[in-house]
Amino acid sequence: MEIKVVKQILAWNEDVSESIRRLTESKHVAIINIMGSPGAGKTSLIKAVISGLREEYRIGVIEGDIAGQIDAEAIDSLGIPVVQLQTDGACHIEAMSIEKILPSFDLDALDVLLVENIGNLVCPAEFNIGEDFRVSILSIPEGDDKVAKYPLMFATTDALVLNKYDMLPYFDFDPVRVENDARDINPRVEIFPVSSKDNSGIPELLCWLRKNIDKKIKTKREGPV
Amino acid sequence: MHELAITEGIMEAAVPAAQAAGAKKILEIRLKIGELSGVLPEYIQEYFGIVSKGTIAEGAKLSVTRIPVGISCPDCGYKGEIKDKKIRCPECGGTDFKIISGREYYVDSLEVE
Repeated sequence: MEIKVVKQILAWNEDVSESIRRLTESKHVAIINIMGSPGAGKTSLIKAVISGLREEYRIGVIEGDIAGQIDAEAIDSLGIPVVQLQTDGACHIEAMSIEKILPSFDLDALDVLLVENIGNLVCPAEFNIGEDFRVSILSIPEGDDKVAKYPLMFATTDALVLNKYDMLPYFDFDPVRVENDARDINPRVEIFPVSSKDNSGIPELLCWLRKNIDKKIKTKREGPV
Repeated sequence: MHELAITEGIMEAAVPAAQAAGAKKILEIRLKIGELSGVLPEYIQEYFGIVSKGTIAEGAKLSVTRIPVGISCPDCGYKGEIKDKKIRCPECGGTDFKIISGREYYVDSLEVE
């Protein structure tokens, strides 16, 4: 006997993700999902973004890690509200974990919540976590074949940050190939060559972030009508 | 590793539906997976053997139908499949499209007894 089911797998994740979006909509908070390999420079980029935007926005951070709290301590030392999310071995963050952790923040006193996802180019791409947009980081030493090898990560992102761009002379990394591969699967993606070390390219990234954050929280910044 | 979460999701979709229909055993679970979904069906089969042990789904076959990427293009009005690896409107080359299929991931139907 055949039974028709037609039931979305991971439907619960999508449902929770949607409810987070509705909540942050009402609180005028933008959530940014930051993804990339271990060592791509997610934490360093977050620090650069904090220092570039903290005068204009009230920023909070969720630090996703499989274990430990080194990254959270680094953010905490900047005086930014940070909550550590330990996944106990899981390779990605799910919407449910974000929903559970949100009450640790005073959302009325926040404009932007940066979420550092688990260092991994595969699994995190599959799970929406209630974010308003995604930023994926690929660093030069990782190689220029990564976009072609991990298409979902780069097909679903809004911005592709090519980090450690100051290392370009030392690696056989073809930025044109990466750009072509990325635009093949994601024609509207914004690409930013940056170095969080010497701050090059960071102003352009900040400019794009402001535009996208404001889209979500504009009503709050203009005050009640 | 997230294939494990997905495999559990398959069980959560399939087992209650089979039980509601009074089935004793699930023989086959038919999945529809979009081409843009990053899930690898071969891993799921592997996990499924473990997760389904001792349930009415134990021993069930998983079969997968892939759903091609489809777009709707506001520039020229094209609505349909993309065959090329490049995600563009095949009619006008436009990039302002909306993806209308290819990200699906669902249990379509079951064969039970």
